[in-house]
Amino acid sequence: MSDLHTDTVDREIDRSQMKVSDEIAIEIVGMNKWYGTFHVLRDINLTVNRGERIVICGPSGSGKSTLIRCINALEEHQKGSITVDGTLLSNDLKNIDKIRSEVGMCFQHFNLFPHLTILENCTLAPIWVRKTPKREAEETAMYFLEKVKIPDQANKYPGQLSGGQQQRVAIARSLCMRPRIMLFDEPTSALDPEMIKEVLDTMIQLAEEGMTMLCVTHEMGFARQVANRVIFMADGQIVEQNEPEEFFTNPQSDRTKQFLSQILGH
Amino acid sequence: MSETHAHSAAYVRREMLPQEAPPALETGAVKWLRENLFSSWLNGILTVVSLAFIWLVLSSILPWVVQGIWNAESLSECREIRDQLYGEGHEVACWAVLGDRWRQLLFGFYPPEHYWRVVLALVVFLAAIAPVLFESLPRKMLILTPLAPFIIFFLLWGGTIWGPLAVLLGFVIGWAIFTYGSPVVGNLGGTVLAILVPILYWLFIAGPIASGLGAILPIGLEFVASDEFGGFMLSFVIGIAGIVLSLPIGIFLALGRQSDLFIINKFSVIFIEVIRGVPLIVWLFTASLLLNYFLPPGTNFDLMLRVIIMVTLFSSAYIAEVIRGGLAALPRGQYEGADSLGLDYWQSMRLIILPQALKISIPGIVSTFIGLFKDTTLVVFIGLLDPIGFSNAIRASTEWNGIYWELFIFIGLCFFVCCFGMSRYSQYLERKLRTDHR
Ligand SMILES: Nc1ncnc2c1ncn2[C@@H]1O[C@H](COP(=O)(O)OP(=O)(O)OP(=O)(O)O)[C@@H](O)[C@H]1O
Ligand SMILES: [Mg+2]
Repeated sequence: MSDLHTDTVDREIDRSQMKVSDEIAIEIVGMNKWYGTFHVLRDINLTVNRGERIVICGPSGSGKSTLIRCINALEEHQKGSITVDGTLLSNDLKNIDKIRSEVGMCFQHFNLFPHLTILENCTLAPIWVRKTPKREAEETAMYFLEKVKIPDQANKYPGQLSGGQQQRVAIARSLCMRPRIMLFDEPTSALDPEMIKEVLDTMIQLAEEGMTMLCVTHEMGFARQVANRVIFMADGQIVEQNEPEEFFTNPQSDRTKQFLSQILGH
Repeated sequence: MSETHAHSAAYVRREMLPQEAPPALETGAVKWLRENLFSSWLNGILTVVSLAFIWLVLSSILPWVVQGIWNAESLSECREIRDQLYGEGHEVACWAVLGDRWRQLLFGFYPPEHYWRVVLALVVFLAAIAPVLFESLPRKMLILTPLAPFIIFFLLWGGTIWGPLAVLLGFVIGWAIFTYGSPVVGNLGGTVLAILVPILYWLFIAGPIASGLGAILPIGLEFVASDEFGGFMLSFVIGIAGIVLSLPIGIFLALGRQSDLFIINKFSVIFIEVIRGVPLIVWLFTASLLLNYFLPPGTNFDLMLRVIIMVTLFSSAYIAEVIRGGLAALPRGQYEGADSLGLDYWQSMRLIILPQALKISIPGIVSTFIGLFKDTTLVVFIGLLDPIGFSNAIRASTEWNGIYWELFIFIGLCFFVCCFGMSRYSQYLERKLRTDHR
């Protein structure tokens, strides 16, 4: 677990593009979710503006994954509403597929497709969902693979890459759909320390370009450097949210203080 | 001792050692023998005993096979020749039966002047399946593949050419409705229409069209009824039709069993369990005896067609379960990865889930196919003359009364070649598709 004071990148972070607009990207109102009788998410209210970088943290089992998986309808919610990019999430499959093609997602275990090459992984969705011509999709894919610094691996299979490389491919794969929002569910927690750094680097680069991001992560260095809001969840509820500086130096609730003291090893 | 300073701790090699040949014991055949056959006392004894056993078996079988008699008209003539050549009491094979009756074993009662049609049908089949099996072949060959069933049907059964063409037209109609109709009436409507219209067409329009055109332009081959099919040709027709049809049906049943849609799910489960829970032979009797009761009176449904349907349904239930195992073996992340990219259900199944699930299931699928192919011999019990049926018929003739092994060895060998071929292909495929680098 990285310390609050370790920086993820040594260079100066360019905040000039990281502007938050007034436009609303995601709006969650009074959302509740149950697994059977178990109340996982309780009365979640959250508004994310375009360009915001939000870090979600909290103890294990607090419902962080469930929350961001509800945003692209990988999980159903039972009460309340979620609006993504002006589209209300409903049971209509058309709506769901539309939202999923606008919202990129990276998983803890990458979920690359092992039977396809890196390039095919990246061009698959543009070709089939966006109906992009193959040529153009490949050019886009190479552009983003270059961006995550692995263009030379394009013709390998996922199984031949290191964990960090795989996660960067997963990011590139999402970016190929030109999403307006990116969701990350603990993208670095299955990785070794050096690999964590290369993945976080990629994510910081994304943030610098103004991507709207929701990250579930325990990388507090990343949160401090990039996030403009940190959300703390416990027992399926949002307990506290604040700017990173304030959140880390001056937590309000007891749960937050306890969590921070554990995670930062004080 | 050489120049190394043995007494001190520090060590410097002054003279480099030249490369030497390995000791004789460790190379080539001797090494292999030592490691594989005589690595220990027990192993050595086992080797000797096994060799003795193999020698015993071969020394009694090989002469029987090799000295076999090829030129004779009947079993008694065979025996006379044998007695002349080797003296009385020396058993040898009488392969002459194969020379005399191979036509029946391969083609049944198919008219000999039309054998070329069967051979041509086999060639068409091989040409159609080759580009599917081997990706390195030119993709243009795939054009033949969808047409092959109609060509083969026409070649084997003959009759007017307008019959298969009229049926083919139904598929074209369905395809046209789906491609050009879907944008107008939506995907679901397009699919329903693309299934419904061709069925109506086949039921009510295709028949009159075919017979009408047949009357005006009588192009065609002499009609050969299913009763005249027999021997390996029969096994091949039933086996290949069953294999080709049961794979797609099995895939849909496996997906159906995983589906959240109640009706589809329950239908798949019940279908699979009922079909699988009853012996194939019972289904074959059902096909031959009972099916006519359920069909509208007057329809005389070809027995062979009924058998093909039963065999197909039977093996598709097994295929479905094999594929379900493959689907279950995929991590949930693959489904989620596909979903999160916005692929719809059919896209994610076709592009992500099924390629991986089928790859995992290859060994199971192929062994189901092999089972199906061999089970075609069961049709002998409902009166179809497959190779086994013919071997009985041949034995019942006066010339060959009393001959057993020669026929069974031949039949067994033919089945073995086909099944072994399938097995090798599945291994080739598994190797080719290995991309996960675990
Ligand atoms: N499919 C499921 N069925 C039933 N309960 C589930 C399911 N998935 C998650 N849960 C429960 O919901 C709660 C929240 O899970 P979630 O995965 O959102 O936690 P999390 O905050 O992401 O935890 P972690 O940090 O360990 O990933 C947990 O108590 C978990 O046991
Ligand atoms: Mg989680």
